[in-house]
Amino acid sequence: MRKTYPIIIFSFFCLLLSAQKYDDNLFISNGTIITITDGIIQEGDIIVKDGKIHKIGKNLKAPKDVTVIDATGKYVMPGIIDAHSHLGIDAVNEATAPVTAEVFTGDAINPFDVGLYRALAGGVTTSHAMHGSANAIGGQCETMKHRWGESDPEMYKMEGAIRTIKFALGENPMRVHGEGRNIQPATRMGIEQLFRSSFEAALEYMDDWAAYNRDPSSVTEPPAYNIRLEALSDILTGELMIHCHSYRADEILMLMNVCKDYGIEKICFQHVNEGFKVAPELAAHGAYASIFSDWWAYKFEVYYSTAYNATILTKNGVLTSINSDSRELIRHLYHEAAKSQRYGGLSDNEALRMITINPAIQLGIDDRVGSLEVGKDGDIAIFSAHPLSIYAIPEYTVIEGRILFDRENDPADMRLLIDPETEYGSSNYEETDRSCDHQCLQGVEELGLLIECTNHNH
Amino acid sequence: MKQLLYTLFTLIVACSTVSAQELKGEYGSFALTNAEIHTITKGVIQSGTVIIRNGKIDEIYTEPNTPKDCHIINCQGQRIYPGFIDGGTGIALKEVGSVSLTNDRNEVGSFTPHMKALTAVNPNSTHIAINRTSGVLTAVTSPSGGTFPGQAALINLHGYTPDQMYAGWTGLVLNYPRTGKRNRWDQRSEEDIKKDDEKNKKEFNLAWENAQRYLDILSKSTDNNLDYNPEIETIAEVLRGNMTLYLIVNREKEIRAAIEWLNKLEISNVVLVGLSEGWRLADEIAQTGFPAIVGPVLSNPNRAYDPYDAPYANAAKLAEAGVKIALRSDQEENVRNLPFHAGFAAAYGLGHDEAIKAITINSAEILGVADHLGSIEKGKSANLFVCDGDPLEPKTQVTQIFIGGWNIPVSNRQIRLYEEFLERDPGLKGK
Repeated sequence: MRKTYPIIIFSFFCLLLSAQKYDDNLFISNGTIITITDGIIQEGDIIVKDGKIHKIGKNLKAPKDVTVIDATGKYVMPGIIDAHSHLGIDAVNEATAPVTAEVFTGDAINPFDVGLYRALAGGVTTSHAMHGSANAIGGQCETMKHRWGESDPEMYKMEGAIRTIKFALGENPMRVHGEGRNIQPATRMGIEQLFRSSFEAALEYMDDWAAYNRDPSSVTEPPAYNIRLEALSDILTGELMIHCHSYRADEILMLMNVCKDYGIEKICFQHVNEGFKVAPELAAHGAYASIFSDWWAYKFEVYYSTAYNATILTKNGVLTSINSDSRELIRHLYHEAAKSQRYGGLSDNEALRMITINPAIQLGIDDRVGSLEVGKDGDIAIFSAHPLSIYAIPEYTVIEGRILFDRENDPADMRLLIDPETEYGSSNYEETDRSCDHQCLQGVEELGLLIECTNHNH
Repeated sequence: MKQLLYTLFTLIVACSTVSAQELKGEYGSFALTNAEIHTITKGVIQSGTVIIRNGKIDEIYTEPNTPKDCHIINCQGQRIYPGFIDGGTGIALKEVGSVSLTNDRNEVGSFTPHMKALTAVNPNSTHIAINRTSGVLTAVTSPSGGTFPGQAALINLHGYTPDQMYAGWTGLVLNYPRTGKRNRWDQRSEEDIKKDDEKNKKEFNLAWENAQRYLDILSKSTDNNLDYNPEIETIAEVLRGNMTLYLIVNREKEIRAAIEWLNKLEISNVVLVGLSEGWRLADEIAQTGFPAIVGPVLSNPNRAYDPYDAPYANAAKLAEAGVKIALRSDQEENVRNLPFHAGFAAAYGLGHDEAIKAITINSAEILGVADHLGSIEKGKSANLFVCDGDPLEPKTQVTQIFIGGWNIPVSNRQIRLYEEFLERDPGLKGK
């Protein structure tokens, strides 16, 4: 019996350790600080206190007993934000109906997806874990902080982020539902009418509840609670923001018209490869664009794309971000942003805004992240060279003052959950077969709705 | 008359802008002068001149020079590099990814070594002009799928027939038989996987045995009257040493198996391609003495437990072990990103100069075309480009392109869409 005491004491000690508060204080010294919203500070310092940016400036005094990063010769920027990702979720597509507004990727968070760590190693601290594009009205999406190391899915959810929902236009919903099961929508006409009938149903639902709430005795029984119509109603009341997978100019105009008719103000178009063709209309509507840097030709609706999309949209006044939609691209979004300098010569700050403050605005989290400002979250990426240079290497990534990626101290194997049965080189093999890198339609083949695995079907 | 001339003029302008898919190249004598010339093989010339005549690099001067017979292009403040060579792509074989009838890369069957990429190269594919404006002027384009998908060809990204584009190298593509699960979406049962693996191995071994038998029969027979067998004849060409084996292999286990197999086969005309897990056994690969075309660099690590930067650092680790390396993008529509693949390899250990070599002279040497490609040297083909900075940096702009002496306008559909839509006319109000 006595022999067990040390074990008990040790276990208690471990418990204490695990319950210990993370070190969320940090001093970053003598770096080139790219604030995004307030210029560049040469040889500047940042104090992060209790997870928030406490001070930014020159010659700051390091607080006592605080972790210090010497950023001499390095570039310090806000943590990168990806407005379109499918990392860290176990399910992407509820591809069983053209409208599935009731489902929520936040219910499928997988904290053990090593892709989250690899995104951190590319400076990405926040991502928008989106539902896929199989359905015209897909599911609701979660905005995640990459708090790698936590095993509780709830810890990855970004508190206070606005609620968003995935819509999808064009080939993907047409293929999955029209071609795949011979139901509407098989055309872009069908997609428009699906939106209109869904919003009409939501209006009727809202009316029924309003009538009941006004005078419960006026009806024999209360209206049936319908979680799908609840979500659609939330879109109409502005509580749920549309992020819409889109490619062609005509379908982009269509959705803006539908939104106008139903009084929906905020909308962010995703991919929006032909956004450049209707940039004046997007700007006039106040719609946002979240795009690929240079992807094209993987399907017909992206054949007439141009890598100059980012520049044309930006110069026409459309608030634009660059996203990944890929486990691979998310590892180097800073490089994807840099391509806008080759294709149209955007300035350093215009390019960097597209992976920081602009996606933050699109996700409604710009009061918390997206720039280095006093009071914002201590989410910071530190690079060996200017982040838009091809030679830049991310060296530290910090979330709320905690260093979660440190290139110097990066063990090769970063898995959090290791199956002891796993043999080296066998079942945990996770080859990136480029021909199957289609996260937007992930989970659709299992339903037998896509016949062949073609090049990335985003 | 004036009216008629005006109409004629507008008609000509309209025809030349609307009907042309791409703007025409210009052939002639050019002097690219006041340029910083990166010869790759013979250092950097600070303010020199490259003279292009008859499609070739005719002279290189270490000072500014403006010969009278040449069209003078002042390259003040700009650099000249040899055209980049992508060691592995599918360019011009597939127009639209998801539209299967525009895909000429994958023939039916896993044993189709006689298929020739060059046959299906579409010289007028929009992909060609869109990709060459980053300085990638030459690329290996290959069939894909199965064990023996066919023959890859090295092509220049300019020309109106496949023959005009052909740059002098053909290789037999071999996807070294894979074993085990293909990827995380592979839903075959363990038993089926085992069965498939055995079948593939058997088919693979039989192909080589048959090719050897074919050569034995030919050497003994007097009438040479064998049945038409293009598959075996193609493989026999590799055994004869007349064609390179372009051996694509990525996983450690299979790289090891491939090395063992190559040792037994005793052929020397081999290039190893892909090698995504090459870093795990770099020394063993180096010992084979075979050169390698590595990449894509911008890709995910193969395994969940791999270091995050394994693909970035792979080329450097192989080079450090002594493997002669070139790079490939492994892209179809974004071959233009090859310089960025090289840039990442440079940052993660390879260094700038070696990275540039890995997409110029090394590729040319590995593919046996260094007599006319891969560097700025007198007598080589005039495949080069001019740019305003480090060509691996995204913000650098390519300003002049020459392929085989043709001065190709830096233009393509994506650039023309930019010119048309940056300030769209009519904009909002012009309804």
